[in-house]
Amino acid sequence: MINFQYLRTTTAKSAIALLVKDKNAKFLAGGTNLIDLMKRGVTAPEKLIDINHVPLKQIEQIGNKIHIGALASNSAVADHPLIKEKLPLLSWALQAGASAQLRNVATVGGNMMQRTRCGYFYDIEMPCNKRQPGTGCGAIEGFNRMHAIFGTSEQCIAVHPSDMCVALVALDAEVVLANAKGERKISFKDFHRLAGDTPQLDNNLKVDEMIIRLEIPVNNLAKNYHYLKVRDRASYAFALVSVAAALEISNNKIIDVRLAMGGVAHKPWRLTASENFLKGKEAILSNFEQAAQLAMQDAKGFGGNDFKLKLAPNTIIEALNLAKSKA
Amino acid sequence: MKSSDQKPNQGDSRRDFLKKSSVITAIALTPGVAVKAAESNADERFAELFEKIPLKLTVNNKAYQTTVEPRVTLLDYLREELHLTGTKKGCDHGQCGACTVHVDGQRINSCLSLAVMNEGKKITTIEGLADGNTLHPMQASFVKHDGFQCGYCTPGQIMSAVACVREGHANSRDEISEYMSGNICRCGAYPNIVDAIIEVKEGGQTI
Repeated sequence: MINFQYLRTTTAKSAIALLVKDKNAKFLAGGTNLIDLMKRGVTAPEKLIDINHVPLKQIEQIGNKIHIGALASNSAVADHPLIKEKLPLLSWALQAGASAQLRNVATVGGNMMQRTRCGYFYDIEMPCNKRQPGTGCGAIEGFNRMHAIFGTSEQCIAVHPSDMCVALVALDAEVVLANAKGERKISFKDFHRLAGDTPQLDNNLKVDEMIIRLEIPVNNLAKNYHYLKVRDRASYAFALVSVAAALEISNNKIIDVRLAMGGVAHKPWRLTASENFLKGKEAILSNFEQAAQLAMQDAKGFGGNDFKLKLAPNTIIEALNLAKSKA
Repeated sequence: MKSSDQKPNQGDSRRDFLKKSSVITAIALTPGVAVKAAESNADERFAELFEKIPLKLTVNNKAYQTTVEPRVTLLDYLREELHLTGTKKGCDHGQCGACTVHVDGQRINSCLSLAVMNEGKKITTIEGLADGNTLHPMQASFVKHDGFQCGYCTPGQIMSAVACVREGHANSRDEISEYMSGNICRCGAYPNIVDAIIEVKEGGQTI
């Protein structure tokens, strides 16, 4: 690992001040992705600002929203009684990700900031427009079994690897960001971005900003929900396809529904057209099947990942079935 | 290595021998005079280039106060600085779990944590589990159930297993498999590892 200057701070304000001073500085939280990327030479920040001592670990309900500090660990969130009771979909998604050891260290903000696990991005001998803009994409005509089927660009077909973010986009979460001047709040669905012509950018966080907390509205979706993750082994692997599904059902009629997918796009992929179709309809298989077909309208395979064109709708249907039948 | 007459002294650990022999190999590849000069220059240059940072932490109930380069992982610090080599380096990328230790009671991958991030923390490694000559119940259970073959992943498996029981995630074979999935065993001792954990869990003792 190339050496770097290490700074430690205890307030968000000073962390932001240090960040602004040096464009080659990065925040260090749990480090479970960043340190790995530094070991492999994918990234080499000159300065790391250790923000682990900044007090942003709160998990609490304020009014009808649950606030989660950016530095709360993935396991602290997943195991918290408030999250288990009121946002169980988030708890499940978190526990589907990584391993117990990683979840103890990885933070909410870090999870949002994690980079793709595309093999071409990780291998510094390979072309990759995300790692080194202009070098080309190795995956489009290469090994692309894990890659995106939605919202791809000619420059990049990488996927966002998070499970947590799939649940958060389904739950209408908001993100509070801060710079030296103050805070702003954006919808979680607008945090991550598609690759487009700027695959080097994963999200819309500005260079002078820090993630402060999430705010997630309490909902009526805590009874019929499921996070279904399909992967190459039963645990501790990234998703081929994952689906977060939550239903509010009354007399077998769908009052509210949330659907989002992971492993299929450069950002957590909310299935708005499918949701709109299902609202007000009966919670029956034929409707779930139609919703899944609607979700796949703009899907495109790249050879190695063509199997996702069938796996994805099947996973949507199964996730809806499991959510509906949850006792 | 064979060109050297160096043999491990009695009482030398395998590690000490490997260390000595690798130094000897390096010297053997370079003309003698050049080596000395290069070594002393290197020391000065490193001191200028890499600012060491003060680090205070407790490992296995012993307090340490040292300085360390920021890029040193907790794993390398434990192994190379404190010579606590029970914690193993497997993949060095957070994928295998061989480096699992407890930090303030929580299991983590020490390969993906910088030593300096652990300022003021309490670390427990595999060396800190036993009570004198009495094995920790999880260690004894791994022995009893043959929870290993080559043994390389075992320190990480045991540290993870202790945490798994303490967290309350050892209530069934399936749950144990799920919550132990961050520890890979290439020999495939998984069924026996699960047996060992179940026995400790069902024994009900505080671990």
